[in-house]
Amino acid sequence: MTAPSVAGKREEIIANPLFEYLLRLGDDRLVLGHRMSEWCGHGPILEEDIAMANIALDLVGQGSALLKLAGETEGAGRDEDALAYFRSEPEFRNAQMLELPKGDFAFTMVRQFLFDAFSVLQWDALATCTFAPLAGIAAKALKEDRYHLRHSSDWMLRMGDGTEESHARAQKALNHLWRFTGELFESDAVDAAVHAQGIVVDLAAIQSRWQQTVFDVVGRATLAVPPAGATSSGGRRGRHTESLGHMLAEMQIVARSHPGAKW
Amino acid sequence: MADSQLPLWEVFTQPGHGEPHEHAGSVHAADAEQAMQNARDVYARRGEAVSLWVVASDAIIASAPGDAGPFFDPGNDKAYRHPQFYKVPRGVRVF
Repeated sequence: MTAPSVAGKREEIIANPLFEYLLRLGDDRLVLGHRMSEWCGHGPILEEDIAMANIALDLVGQGSALLKLAGETEGAGRDEDALAYFRSEPEFRNAQMLELPKGDFAFTMVRQFLFDAFSVLQWDALATCTFAPLAGIAAKALKEDRYHLRHSSDWMLRMGDGTEESHARAQKALNHLWRFTGELFESDAVDAAVHAQGIVVDLAAIQSRWQQTVFDVVGRATLAVPPAGATSSGGRRGRHTESLGHMLAEMQIVARSHPGAKW
Repeated sequence: MADSQLPLWEVFTQPGHGEPHEHAGSVHAADAEQAMQNARDVYARRGEAVSLWVVASDAIIASAPGDAGPFFDPGNDKAYRHPQFYKVPRGVRVF
């Protein structure tokens, strides 16, 4: 075989597509969950602070279950903690949108809404996949994310149709985040490979249903859907914005300073 | 001190099917939907409930502290208002 080196490298990357696929699912939740957890103690009111901590815990829990399964799939002795705390930035597979700094409350909630609307559709598809351990995680996570979507949709309406300032902040967040949403629906050789293993997620259909939800809520919130434009992506292949490294430094420092510590 | 937060809502949780809803506490919220979500997040996030009620606190008519005497004290010395006051006649099955 005289495959060009680029193709060779590509094959190496997807040597274990199921592992890679589970990392993508898990890193999305872990990274977004960590960003959400940064609100703990800083929520606008006590009740919302608790709500955001609940959401963060749900997402970190999903990430933990997915990374545990990824580690078992890899078979190299790495558990969820090893994958969460001892991988560096280019080894993370989350979509870039999820690693952006939490910003103001509007930015956090608009991002959460855009992801929740995607995530419920993704879990809905995965809950019926033939890979039983993943279907089990999906069924549990679907219930959690349906609540997250209800909560974040509600805030979209409140902010968009609220005061002049809340409307302006929500629109600014939506405009900023829009170019990162396309990455959620990108598919590549990893998706094709796991398709053959019974993990069938029709991303084109999901994108169309996601747009229906998002356009509906954005419209009712009296916000404007930003025009289509350039998209930013690369997270699935380990190319990240500058924000992820800073976030990981904070997220990983305790585990790296005290490897193997139990508490 | 005046409460500068959102309106107050009383939260009632039902711990199991067929059981009564019990007062769990209160939350602040702008409207009924947000009150329901906040009640869920504050009082039902650890599986404490199978059903929730939220009621605007100002919709509750409460007895006044000054009413305590005429309302409640007369009940203290009237043991015959309790069914246990009466002896059960012989021959009546007690469940």
